[in-house]
Amino acid sequence: MAKRIEASNVTAYYGAFKAIENINLTVEPKTVTALIGPSGCGKSTFLRSINRMHEVLPGARVEGSLTIDDQDIYDRDVDVTAVRRMIGMVFQRPNPFPTMSIYENVVAGLRLNGVRKKSILDEAAEKALRSANLWDEVKDRLGKPGAGLSGGQQQRLCIARTIAVEPQVVLMDEPCSALDPISTLAIEDLIFQLKDKFTIIIVTHNMQQAARVSDRTAFFSIDKTGEPGRLIEYDSTQKIFSNPSQKKTEDYITGRFG
Amino acid sequence: MGETPHRSADAGTGGTRVTQSHEWPAGASARVAEAPVSTRTPGGSGLGGGGALPRARKFGAERAFRGLSMAAGAAVLVIIAAIAIFLIAKAVPALRADTENFWTYEGWSPNETEPKFGIGTLAFGTVLSSALALLIAVPVALGIALYLSHYAPRRVGTALGFLIDLLAAVPSVVFGLWGRDVFINPVRDFSVWLNTYFGWLPIFGGDGPFGRSILLGALVLAIMVLPIITSLSREVFLQTPTANEEAALALGATRWEMIRTAVLPYGRPGIIAAVMLGLGRALGETIALAMTLGITFGISFNLIQNGGNTIAANIANAFGEANETGRGALIASGLVLFAITLIVNITARAIIYRRREFTESAA
Repeated sequence: MAKRIEASNVTAYYGAFKAIENINLTVEPKTVTALIGPSGCGKSTFLRSINRMHEVLPGARVEGSLTIDDQDIYDRDVDVTAVRRMIGMVFQRPNPFPTMSIYENVVAGLRLNGVRKKSILDEAAEKALRSANLWDEVKDRLGKPGAGLSGGQQQRLCIARTIAVEPQVVLMDEPCSALDPISTLAIEDLIFQLKDKFTIIIVTHNMQQAARVSDRTAFFSIDKTGEPGRLIEYDSTQKIFSNPSQKKTEDYITGRFG
Repeated sequence: MGETPHRSADAGTGGTRVTQSHEWPAGASARVAEAPVSTRTPGGSGLGGGGALPRARKFGAERAFRGLSMAAGAAVLVIIAAIAIFLIAKAVPALRADTENFWTYEGWSPNETEPKFGIGTLAFGTVLSSALALLIAVPVALGIALYLSHYAPRRVGTALGFLIDLLAAVPSVVFGLWGRDVFINPVRDFSVWLNTYFGWLPIFGGDGPFGRSILLGALVLAIMVLPIITSLSREVFLQTPTANEEAALALGATRWEMIRTAVLPYGRPGIIAAVMLGLGRALGETIALAMTLGITFGISFNLIQNGGNTIAANIANAFGEANETGRGALIASGLVLFAITLIVNITARAIIYRRREFTESAA
């Protein structure tokens, strides 16, 4: 239930603007990888190119190769929806479907895959909500709107929705930036548990968070605005935060810039 | 869980293990910490005011505007009440003079010495032609709106949207003339075809003549309400939060599945409102139907034979030669149309209200 991701020479554009350039990095199965770096350095762009959400924007495109267990996800014959089912995504702001109940939100992905049987849906919903540490809080109000939950609960609902389809990889784009510290902690605990089953890549602005939850950390940066973002250093989290080999990394994590 | 970093750049979401290192570089955080102290100048009299609190103003722009908007709101009520009183005052004498049952009599001869008129057939024709028009227009309009908002390249979408809006500006008499003189020919051929192959269905039965039928009227109406429904639902679809669309796509939805999961449910109240506005126009449409319908009195579900009539079309056709009682009778029919529209709108509100728990949190 977890696969290796390999990016080689990934370059992504928004129209004529080159947002990231020549990113090379390998993510091992069942690990948590944190992407850190100053705003605009392309870490979210890179994350979104892993499940081909980058190309949703008009004019956006990706060059280079991205493979998941040696299968090129940008291959011409690959069904983009299959890629996104295999590589789930949690967004910066909680985005449950506003017209759907908690239950319907969780099973939305399964329904899209054509699952109709009530018993299967019920089972999957409970499993996903339990995995997302949300079951006890919502089990008595599954029919209520998902948007009625608190921000932290909504984000866990979105995580439940993502893992309900049992992806191989879960991408998280600053999942805690809209949450208070307690909800953040709940999500971090959850990430730690989910690592048993999924490969997780998380973009975060919070370096403590990166240090707490990740096994490996990738530091992205830009020289100046308008330049493409580059991968500066990619190593074990411990190494990055205690003894980075690049000066830029050290400057960033010690707060000298960014 | 890795090692705690030297220092947090944004400790806001840090939570439990915030540790600060000893050597603070002259970074941003240090300056932020002392910022509040330096900006708060004691005793200053800026916009915040330094002296005693002034008294609230009794008269001012705030109050004046409040009064103005309240007067505008009240004016609506007064106008509606005045119209209602006038209409009822005119209608009641005519209704008293009616020698037949106003609800069930199939005919309209209010100008005789013994006035006979009934609203039943007209109300039936109004509802039937409008319902049929919506049945035809809504799927097409939603299709166009979705194409414009989610499929077409932005330029094409804008240009087409503009054309659609232009269609709404065509006067209804033009539609009526076009329907009566041009569009009637293909519709007649189509009616004959329907009659030949589907004549066993009562709605397509009859022996002719065909053409100036409910079908023609409804088709013309459908074209007329299309732009309203299209442009309103297009606006609604465009307002779907990107976050929800991306959530659906990230779950592996195709574009159509994304529309079904995120766009249509979100736009539901807006779609209902758009359809109701279209229905309002269809129910009240006068001249186009007066020109395209066969103008008969009788309740029939047959869609393709010459015939059909509506309340508004009847008013347009009969007002010219109406006497005092005749005008009263037409005004009474107008009140019935008003009531039908009201019922339709209340129903629509009820549908939206029933799901408010979900739609309110959507806003």
